This record gives sequence, structure tokens and C-alpha cells, in this order.
Amino acid sequence: MGDNFDALIGALPMVGEGVWITVQLTIGGALLALVIAVALGLLARFKNVVLRGIARVIIEFFRGTSLVVQLFWFFFVMPQLGIELPAMFVGILALGLNYGAYGAEVVRGSINNVPSGQWEATTALSMSSTQRMWRIIFPQAWALMIPSLTNLLIQLLKGTAIVSFITLTDLTYATDKLRNSTDTFFAYGVSLLIYFLIAYVLTLIMNALEVQAKHKLGRGESLREALSFRTPRSADGKAGIS
Amino acid sequence: MPSQTDTEPAIRFDNVEKRFGDNVVLHDLNFSVAKGDRVTLIGPSGSGKTTILRLVMTLEEANGGYIYVDGEPLTHEERGGKRVELKEKHKNEVRKRIGMVFQQFNLFPNMTVMENLIEAPVHVLKMSKADAIEKAKGLLEKVGLSDKADAHPLELSGGQQQRVAVARALAMDPEILLLDEVTSALDPEIVGEVLNILRDVANETDITMLIVTHEMQFARDVSNRVLMFDGGKIVEESDPETMFTSPKEQRTRDFLSAVLGNN
Ligand SMILES: Nc1ncnc2c1ncn2[C@@H]1O[C@H](COP(=O)(O)OP(=O)(O)OP(=O)(O)O)[C@@H](O)[C@H]1O
Ligand SMILES: [Mg+2]
Repeated sequence: MGDNFDALIGALPMVGEGVWITVQLTIGGALLALVIAVALGLLARFKNVVLRGIARVIIEFFRGTSLVVQLFWFFFVMPQLGIELPAMFVGILALGLNYGAYGAEVVRGSINNVPSGQWEATTALSMSSTQRMWRIIFPQAWALMIPSLTNLLIQLLKGTAIVSFITLTDLTYATDKLRNSTDTFFAYGVSLLIYFLIAYVLTLIMNALEVQAKHKLGRGESLREALSFRTPRSADGKAGIS
Repeated sequence: MPSQTDTEPAIRFDNVEKRFGDNVVLHDLNFSVAKGDRVTLIGPSGSGKTTILRLVMTLEEANGGYIYVDGEPLTHEERGGKRVELKEKHKNEVRKRIGMVFQQFNLFPNMTVMENLIEAPVHVLKMSKADAIEKAKGLLEKVGLSDKADAHPLELSGGQQQRVAVARALAMDPEILLLDEVTSALDPEIVGEVLNILRDVANETDITMLIVTHEMQFARDVSNRVLMFDGGKIVEESDPETMFTSPKEQRTRDFLSAVLGNN
């Protein structure tokens, strides 16, 4: 066992770099996914059939094809078409498109779940459709969508593990290397723990965002009051805080 | 645009037809509401009262006929014998003259009371924020909620929320105010606080009001005309005194005795 720890300490820089790449992919992928999710989610609600159709095709395409295939396609096929892209860029792009497509459904669903009375009140106040969306509907939908977005974010984190296929030396890659100098059980144990810690931190951040979003809607305590350990809450917005 | 002369009614329904699927809710409905009128719509459940208000607020779209506000077509107009839908921009201009208070209040929970009141004046009417706040303060005082400006809607009681909703509608200076059973969601003991504010509004302004209510005393106090609906048609129409004391139609008598009996 002592050998394992010695090996781990020796491998720390490599593991650290792996963690850093995984974190970069996760954050970059998540931010891109969020932008894509909101854009496609809004587009999918348009009355215009063409715009709505475009959104649907993109959403179904990226949900329906696997992340690995998309990754390979961007990294190995695109260069043959003359488009060479850096591995990190491809990783973030594929994660962003894939999870953005899933996120689009979450965004669309949450917007549709804002009570019709809220939409009607904006009409009664003659608000334009842009004002309606950004000032009234989206802030309320945001609170509804966070729990599902948290799930997607954790899945995205786990999804980053396949990028070693495209030469990125992420945490999973580092784990594999670590296996050479430690026993397999130990290496995967360390890996498991680090993934779990990252996921846990992400969950805490998302929970904080959700508490804040709900507090803004006048439901539940403020973030300051809520700073205590808690389990992720369900999407209906009722459980958890009272 | 046609001039808004005082001779034009505030609201005019011209052969309006409204269907939900196969269900014809309003068929060739004609009536008008003069400027400054306070008209109460009564009638059994499903007779189309809410639908009429929602048509005026453009929350529903008619399937036939025309609705005019101050003589201007609201959503559709007749052009060369055809019924043509008007542009969103036009609809929104006409819509600005109309305000509505809902049964379920529908305040914006992501904003404080003050923000609810200034949102549309600032972003729709392009009023300066300082002016809008000034005005909102006056309205909050009027509805007796000056101390709740920074509260969130969900921290207020139903009666307080509805008073804020009335203030929010008035903040837009509507020419027409639509009230759809605004006290039905409230506990009986707080119905009065909302109705009293609406009585004040009726007494102190010349806003045209179209009211749906089961509060017959309130209807008597504020309205000058009552329309009795059944099956999407006007069964009887008169001043409140006549309607509530000596209705001519049997259907009105049946309806009133059922409503008053339940009270
Ligand atoms: N969105 C809708 N979809 C389908 N049918 C509807 C819809 N809204 C109203 N209706 C139907 O239209 C008819 C008139 O409804 P409306 O709500 O206008 O009645 P009302 O006079 O306001 O009744 P109440 O006193 O119960 O409020 C009813 O038959 C109702 O079922
Ligand atoms: Mg109704």
C-alpha cells in the first residue's frame, strides 16, 4: 500500500494535469452547452415552422448520435475536409453540442411550464415578446430548469472521460497511467474519488444557484440561510426547502 | 388611424364568433360599451363571460367578426370584404389602452411589488424610472400597501396581492379595465378590501370597466349596465336596479335566485 502512495505522489503532477484538463472540458463544455441549450430551446418554441424545424433537426441529430462518434468526426474526419481543430476545442465543441441538445429540451420544457397566467399578465401589460421572455418568463423558467441542468452537468463531467480518444490527457488518461505504477484497485479508487469530488463541488454550486433563483422568486430561504449540507432537490420545486 | 372621437364606443363587438374546436362559445355577438360605462356581465358558468374579456385583452382570438376599441379594429379588420389580421405592432398599440385584473392575480414572482408596478410603465410606456416610482408610490398608497413596496408577491396575502394587481393595471393608465372575478380566489373576509378599492377606482376615475363578478352588491354599486348572458348570447340587458329587482326573463330570474340563494 505504501508503494501505491509513493507512486501517487510521484504521479501527482500528471494526475493534477489530468484533473485540470477534465475541469477545463467540463466548464467549457457546460458553458457552451448552456448557450446552445438556451438558443435551441428558444428557437424550438418559435411559431415560424422553418426556425422551429431547424432547431428540432439540430436537437434530434445531436441527441440521436453518440458523443464518441461526434468526437471522432470532428477530430478525425474534419481534418480530411481541410478543417484542423485543436483537441481541446473539439472536446468542448462536441460536449457542448451534445449536452446542449439535451439541455434545449430542458429549457423548452421549463419555459412551457411557467404558468400561463404569467404569460397572460405580460400581454395585459402590452409587453413585447422580448421583454416578456427575458424579464418575466426566463427568470422563472431558470429556477425550474436548474435541477435538470445539474443532472446534465454531472453527465457531462462523466462524458469528458472519453476525450482521451482524441489525444487529450484528462483524468481518465492519468488514471490509466497511474495503473502502471500502482495496483489497479488503487488507481481507479483515486480516480473515482476525484470524479466524485468534482461532481460534488459542481452539485453544491448548482444547488446554490437554485436556492438563489428560488429566493429571487420569493420561495425559500436566501443563500446565506441555506448554507448547510443538503441533497439535490427534485424538479417540482417543492421538496427540499420549506 | 381613425380619430378617437368621444362618439365611438370604448368597445364594440361586431358579429363576433368564438369557437373552441367544435364548441361554438360566442355566435354573432353584438354589443358595445360606451366610454366611461361600467358594464357587468352575469350569467351561468360556461356562458362565455370570461371568453369575452379575454377576447378584448387579445388573450383569445375570435374566429369571426370584429372587435373595435375606440373605433379602431383590435386584431382584425375588414379589407375588400375580407377579414384580415392586423400586425402585432398595431395590436400592441391598441392593447396599451386596455388593462386586466385576473382571478389569480398573476403578479410576477421574480420581482418585488415596486418592480411589478414599474415594469411595464418603464419598459412599455418608456416612462422614466423616477416618474414610474413616483406614480407607483401613489398607487400603493391608494391600495393601502405603501409599506409593501419591497416585499415579494408571495409574501403577501391573496387580498394584498390582488390590490397590488389592481395598482399594477392602473399604473398603465388604461382607458378600459377588465375585471374577471377578481375576488373569487379570496377568502370571504378579505373580498371587501379589494372591492372597496375598485369602488374607489370607479368613483374617482372615468375608466371604462367591463366586469365579471358574482358579487351582486358590488355589481349594483359600480355598474350602470348589466348584461345577462346564457349560452354566449345576451339574454337580457338593463340597469342594475331593474336587473336585480325585476328581471324580465325567466332565465335571469332562475340564475339570480340560484346565485343569491347560494350567498
Ligand atoms: N381554452 C379553452 N379551451 C376549450 N374550451 C374553452 C376554453 N376556454 C373556455 N372554453 C369553453 O368556452 C365556454 C365559455 O367559457 P367561459 O370561461 O367564457 O365561461 P364563463 O361564463 O366565464 O364561466 P364561469 O362563470 O364558469 O367562469 C365553456 O364551454 C368553456 O368550456
Ligand atoms: Mg369565467
